[in-house]
Amino acid sequence: MAEAKKGAFMTWIDDRFPFTETMQYHMTKYYAPKNFNFWYYFGVLSMVMLVIQIVTGIFLTMNYKPDGAKAFASVEYIMRDVNFGDILRYMHSTGASFFFIVVYLHMFRALLYGSYQKPRELIWVFGMVIYLCLMAEAFMGYLLPWGQMSYWGAQVIINLFNTIPFIGPALTEWVRGDYIVSDITLNRFFAFHVIALPLVLAALVFLHIVALHHVGSNNPDGIDIKKNKDENGVPKDGIAFHPYYTVKDTFGLSVFLTFFFAVVFFMPEMGGYFLEHANFIPADPLKTPEHIAPVWYFTPFYAMLRAVPPIAGSAFPGVMVMFGAIIVLFFLPWLDRGKVRSIRYRSSMYKVLLGLFVVSFVVLGYYGIQPPSFWGTLLSRICTFYYFAYFALLWWMSGNETTKPLPERVTS
Amino acid sequence: MAEADTGATDQNGPDPKRRRFLTLGVAGVGAVGVAALAAPMLSSFAPSRRAKAAGAPVEVDISKLEAGQMMTVEWRGKPVWLVNRTDEALASLDAVQGELADPGSEMPQQPGYVEMDTRSIKRNLMIMLGVCTHLGCAPTYRPEIAPPDLGADWQGGFFCPCHGSKFDFAGRVYSGVPAPTNLEVPPHAYLSDTLVVIGVDQEAA
Amino acid sequence: MIKATTLAIAGAAMLGLSSLAHAAGTGYALQSPNIDVGNERSLQRGARTFVNHCMTCHSLGFMRYSRVAEDLGIPPKMVEDNLIFAVDDAGKSLKVTSMMDSAMSTEYGKQAFGVAPPDLSLTARSRGEAWLYTYLKSFYVDESRTGVGSNNTVLKGSAMPNVFWQLQGHQSPVLKDPNDPKSEVIGVEPLTAGTQSAEEFDKTVTDLVNFLSYAAEPGQERRRSIGMWVLLFMFVFTGLAWVLKKEYWRDVH
Repeated sequence: MAEAKKGAFMTWIDDRFPFTETMQYHMTKYYAPKNFNFWYYFGVLSMVMLVIQIVTGIFLTMNYKPDGAKAFASVEYIMRDVNFGDILRYMHSTGASFFFIVVYLHMFRALLYGSYQKPRELIWVFGMVIYLCLMAEAFMGYLLPWGQMSYWGAQVIINLFNTIPFIGPALTEWVRGDYIVSDITLNRFFAFHVIALPLVLAALVFLHIVALHHVGSNNPDGIDIKKNKDENGVPKDGIAFHPYYTVKDTFGLSVFLTFFFAVVFFMPEMGGYFLEHANFIPADPLKTPEHIAPVWYFTPFYAMLRAVPPIAGSAFPGVMVMFGAIIVLFFLPWLDRGKVRSIRYRSSMYKVLLGLFVVSFVVLGYYGIQPPSFWGTLLSRICTFYYFAYFALLWWMSGNETTKPLPERVTS
Repeated sequence: MAEADTGATDQNGPDPKRRRFLTLGVAGVGAVGVAALAAPMLSSFAPSRRAKAAGAPVEVDISKLEAGQMMTVEWRGKPVWLVNRTDEALASLDAVQGELADPGSEMPQQPGYVEMDTRSIKRNLMIMLGVCTHLGCAPTYRPEIAPPDLGADWQGGFFCPCHGSKFDFAGRVYSGVPAPTNLEVPPHAYLSDTLVVIGVDQEAA
Repeated sequence: MIKATTLAIAGAAMLGLSSLAHAAGTGYALQSPNIDVGNERSLQRGARTFVNHCMTCHSLGFMRYSRVAEDLGIPPKMVEDNLIFAVDDAGKSLKVTSMMDSAMSTEYGKQAFGVAPPDLSLTARSRGEAWLYTYLKSFYVDESRTGVGSNNTVLKGSAMPNVFWQLQGHQSPVLKDPNDPKSEVIGVEPLTAGTQSAEEFDKTVTDLVNFLSYAAEPGQERRRSIGMWVLLFMFVFTGLAWVLKKEYWRDVH
């Protein structure tokens, strides 16, 4: 239909570049299930956060100095002297936390509706690599303000590699380029943060979406809408991404940005969760802050690290557990042998297991912020155990799970 | 919540006019939002408070500047000359008029509050930027009459060694040299008889 | 429904967490001053207290005098005459565009106090206003500490003497066990009268902390006022986007 109305200019373009074809494939003729709910906003919101971080980051880079002697002051220079520098900086610092909020909710959506199951395993794997890169990106970015938390957070996390048998000490020195976290470390983290990882992230997001649009979106019912097509070959339960989901996402984005800007303009420190108080003190290699805690989005994993006691005098097991907690997620598509995707049609057993999984993750996140305590350590240990047990239980119970019958068409 | 509540009204079908109007409205307001978002980014390019503080007006005490002497101060990173012109130098301004490119200072190279014949507020005290209007070299002060290197016609003034541009004691450019315009007179104001501030306009002071 | 419960858990986790304690937590209960960085008169009084009492030792190294003049509505000339006492290394009086550096060198500070008096530009953000306010009011006489002659309930063993003793008067410690001079200090009580009454002194310290709060982020008032407009815009746009979404989704059955 578009062909007839196409002007000479578009014809000229389309002869040389697949513009109309691409727009149709990804937008106007990409049929997404019509029953997307609240949880389906977080994919596009993650992408918007990536754009906000890149754009504000570019402008921050123009005034920031990746130099141990100047970094802290250059951030204050941005905050005080650069026109609207405070707004740019707060958008970037708040953006980091909001990025993780939407990414965690996006990942949880995949757990709820089985979006990682066949044939979407690769989408999940690409997504997990994005998540890993994002953690590296956030970790390295957090060093740049060169405050006490930046410095000691980096010191502690890099020292995790120290526990690796045999090669640990040499490896940490190699990562830092010095005997302590120093100007040299700052400079290389800056390079990773502003160019290397953003490039990788952009490429991965591209792959994530190409894979998604190749197999089509899952939906809250977890059924395949391509099984029911009308005479034109359009899924009966599908609606064109553009205009229906573009207008819907515009609304969702607007609600999201309202929250985002409320934080940026009225509570950028978020009570010390988004910008930690101790980070307003310049980095001092001779004085450790009384309580070092990573930013909230790392705390579930940090709590696991602390929960595991040293074994045979080595903290390496804790480190393994922490990284293992991320690695195990990669295998989720093959650990879940469920015959249905969506939680709506799965057994109560599954609902309980997943509910407890979320509870343990949140509890771990909470204790990762708190100073160590008896109950904190005990609960962290229980939750860490359950976190891993979940995957085993999932594999065991999903092999022979009683599920509810799936509907023919999507429900609203 | 994905499904819009479709009631009886829906039987009327879509209203293309309303749709077009709403789409344009959202796009228009959205464009305003994007522009507002771009404003801080573009504005961050303008001189920061630090740059402005470094380029703040400079106060100069001229009580010790004797007739015929020149002093240089820095303002916004550029040299500013203060020359206490002798009566002979002032007299030469009229004499060289015929050889200048812009003797009446028609080009906006000076603020409106300076006297046009001397290009200064006080007759004897010339204040101007020591930056050649050709390619930005720093001309040299050559008050002597007819030195061997500048020829017998030289009435004193400023000479740019880079490309040979010549200026008189009021910074007015001679015709036939590379520099296109007279030397620039920066905004300045007298706080007292002996105290001048560079970078502030006379009225505002 | 599992969805509802998970949402509830997530919501409770976000809201239920109280804000994190500021650095260097202390067991001592902190009092919160009435901070209002929009109160220009209070900031002006605080700035005066700061240059008179604090700047001998402490700098405000990220703050420019001219910014204070601009934000606090003081003519630059008046700042030069009334607030700038410090001199640069050459002994010349600082200009209004200079940073608010203290007269004391870091080296001398270390010699005199054991630790160099810290820069106070960001202390209101790292320690918090309540900490500063309580700290400044909690000095007591402690003859055992030679040189300083005082101690502090909020920061035990503070290297800083009570610079406000003339205004506040001296204070004596309140011990947990009054009969045991070695027992824990749990508070302070007035010992001698100062030139200011207790209420006046509270106000002086509030103004000073207010000024330090402003100095920790001079753009905060403007940020919030821009924020009001941004949120207003977002509400309008969200409403419009909702209407547009409703219109298009009439097609979807």
